[in-house]
Amino acid sequence: MGKTLSEKVWDEHVVRSVAGEPDLLYIDLHLIHEVTSPQAFEGLRLSGRTVRRPDLTLATEDHNVPTIDWDKPIQDPVSRTQVETLRQNAEEFGVRLHPLGDLDQGIVHVVGPQLGLTQPGMTIVCGDSHTSTHGAFGAIAFGIGTSEVEHVLATQTLPQAKPRTMAVTITGSLPEGVTAKDLVLTLIAHTGTGGGQGYIVEYRGQAIEELSMEGRMTVCNMSIEWGAKAGLIAPDQKTFDYIEGRPEAPQGEEWDAAVAYWKTLVTDDDAEYDEEIVLDAGTMTPFVTWGTNPGQGVPLSDAVPNPEDFDDAQDRVAAEKALQYMALEAGTPMRAIKVDTVFVGSCTNGRIEDLRAAAEIIKGRHVDADTRLLVVPGSVRVRLQAEDEGLDVIFKEAGAEWRGAGCSMCLGMNPDTLQPGERSASTSNRNFEGRQGKGGRTHLVSVPVAAATAIRGTLSSPADLDPTTTIGADS
Amino acid sequence: MEAFTSHTGVGVPLRRSNVDTDQIIPAVYLKRVSRTGFEDGLFSAWRNDPDFVLNRPEYAAGTVLVAGPDFGTGSSREHAVWALMDYGFRVVISPRFGDIFRGNSGKAGLLAARVDEKVVQRLWDFLDDNPGGVISVDLESRTLKAGDGVDAIEDSFDIDDYTRWRLLEGLDDIGITLGHADDIAAFEAGRPSYKPQTIRA
Repeated sequence: MGKTLSEKVWDEHVVRSVAGEPDLLYIDLHLIHEVTSPQAFEGLRLSGRTVRRPDLTLATEDHNVPTIDWDKPIQDPVSRTQVETLRQNAEEFGVRLHPLGDLDQGIVHVVGPQLGLTQPGMTIVCGDSHTSTHGAFGAIAFGIGTSEVEHVLATQTLPQAKPRTMAVTITGSLPEGVTAKDLVLTLIAHTGTGGGQGYIVEYRGQAIEELSMEGRMTVCNMSIEWGAKAGLIAPDQKTFDYIEGRPEAPQGEEWDAAVAYWKTLVTDDDAEYDEEIVLDAGTMTPFVTWGTNPGQGVPLSDAVPNPEDFDDAQDRVAAEKALQYMALEAGTPMRAIKVDTVFVGSCTNGRIEDLRAAAEIIKGRHVDADTRLLVVPGSVRVRLQAEDEGLDVIFKEAGAEWRGAGCSMCLGMNPDTLQPGERSASTSNRNFEGRQGKGGRTHLVSVPVAAATAIRGTLSSPADLDPTTTIGADS
Repeated sequence: MEAFTSHTGVGVPLRRSNVDTDQIIPAVYLKRVSRTGFEDGLFSAWRNDPDFVLNRPEYAAGTVLVAGPDFGTGSSREHAVWALMDYGFRVVISPRFGDIFRGNSGKAGLLAARVDEKVVQRLWDFLDDNPGGVISVDLESRTLKAGDGVDAIEDSFDIDDYTRWRLLEGLDDIGITLGHADDIAAFEAGRPSYKPQTIRA
């Protein structure tokens, strides 16, 4: 019997396999940031251990960093200490670091692909659950805890039980205006937050093949939100074209050898998955969340559900609690929900394609008077590219705040937070209670929905907007 | 890591599903660089509510948390495990755990015991009837026990063999892996040269 894509990549990385024990897996790339690494480096110091492969390790500053005044010292002393601790650790252990102010600083999951370090057939880990993003290139990539960060630093390996395999096949094509984000939010509402638990998932089918690399990253990014160990997509010509010429991509004969290997990274025709889900992209529409976990979502054209309509008792209680926290009434049309803040950014939707999509909708329009729009590029390179293309001017003229790179309001570890009771439409990945600030209420949305919502002040899609004179002006 | 064989302590009913790690400890507490002292962040948003279970005196000595399905989903923060342990918990019982949380628990010495949803319901009912009631957990036999007489709850729980063994022995994972340093070196010698490096020689 043939192998699935993830089995091929897994088997290529097994250092040691013994019955009754997890496989010892070699790690090709270890990404690090300031929040989940300090205790790991301290552990190395206490046990007199070193970093085995600094040359397979890369650190960036992203979670804590301010998105304004990034050239000045960080004001919050606790955040500053954590960032300075990473700098000291990188120095002491010889790890390459892209600090605040560096051209390659940014969200770790934006920086890896951008540098060309993320390549097909690799194993990639990071002390961050959205490491699954890198699966878009046909890599096995997953988040780990701090004890495991220390383990990888010391050994460049991880003991891992082999997960089961699942195929998520998305047939057909996404309708116009429906994005990768809508696709993955639809999937999570279908499976629930635990549906992928214990599986490495391969996303496949026509709709996945038609996605850009950015779109594929958005889908893989949210694998963890339905509980999957990792999510990946078979590499194709789009993948190779994206990587070619990037700073850390192979060159010359090495490139040819790499591509020859990458082309073998497809699931064999006679391979079998342990589980399969099939969804039709053609029926998908803009999708938004109403509750406090990413599985609590509905089409934008729908209404806030009634908890009594849930069959499962746990789901019913969870829905009641969510509506109470979100201050929403069952039956309210989603489009009638007014938001205070719109956040465009994060490792889910903070890449150049996302900013272009937002700017295209916002161009020639103005942000609603009672709404704040925060646009945060995923990396410094994304910011500079956007500024080259004049996107920053479009955002600023529309009344948006144009910021520096970082995780920002996705989790509010820096000063970009929601106030208690404030409601956001956010292109990030989690609508958990208090995620974007204590008492804050989050609706997860796609980039086009975020942009249209910023203009109208209520959850909206671009189809709800009045035409502007700019639309069609360049054609 | 301290070895774990068995534990008996006050059970705490957390009647919620989908308790993500942001609820266990919000991001604002993650800025510290220390490995201990996270108990103040545990369920911090919910602890403002005087009726929250941890604020009730009968559960003050709680060490065994009984939660609904999908406990510990979301963020990879091991701080969630540290906060539970710093607060005094040694065991979490749930029908389903987030993968990364379950892995982190095994590394840090917190027992994540997976049980049938019906068992959680029975334990919740038992604790409601007997606030401050005790739950016993035996890792050797993978069983748990609460109450006496005809209404006593006795059931098994799931945990993978390898994590169970490591917890019973209190083993340091890195030490075990470094015992296979020759295998790692042999693997590295065979890695293709086109694999990327962050630092070039």
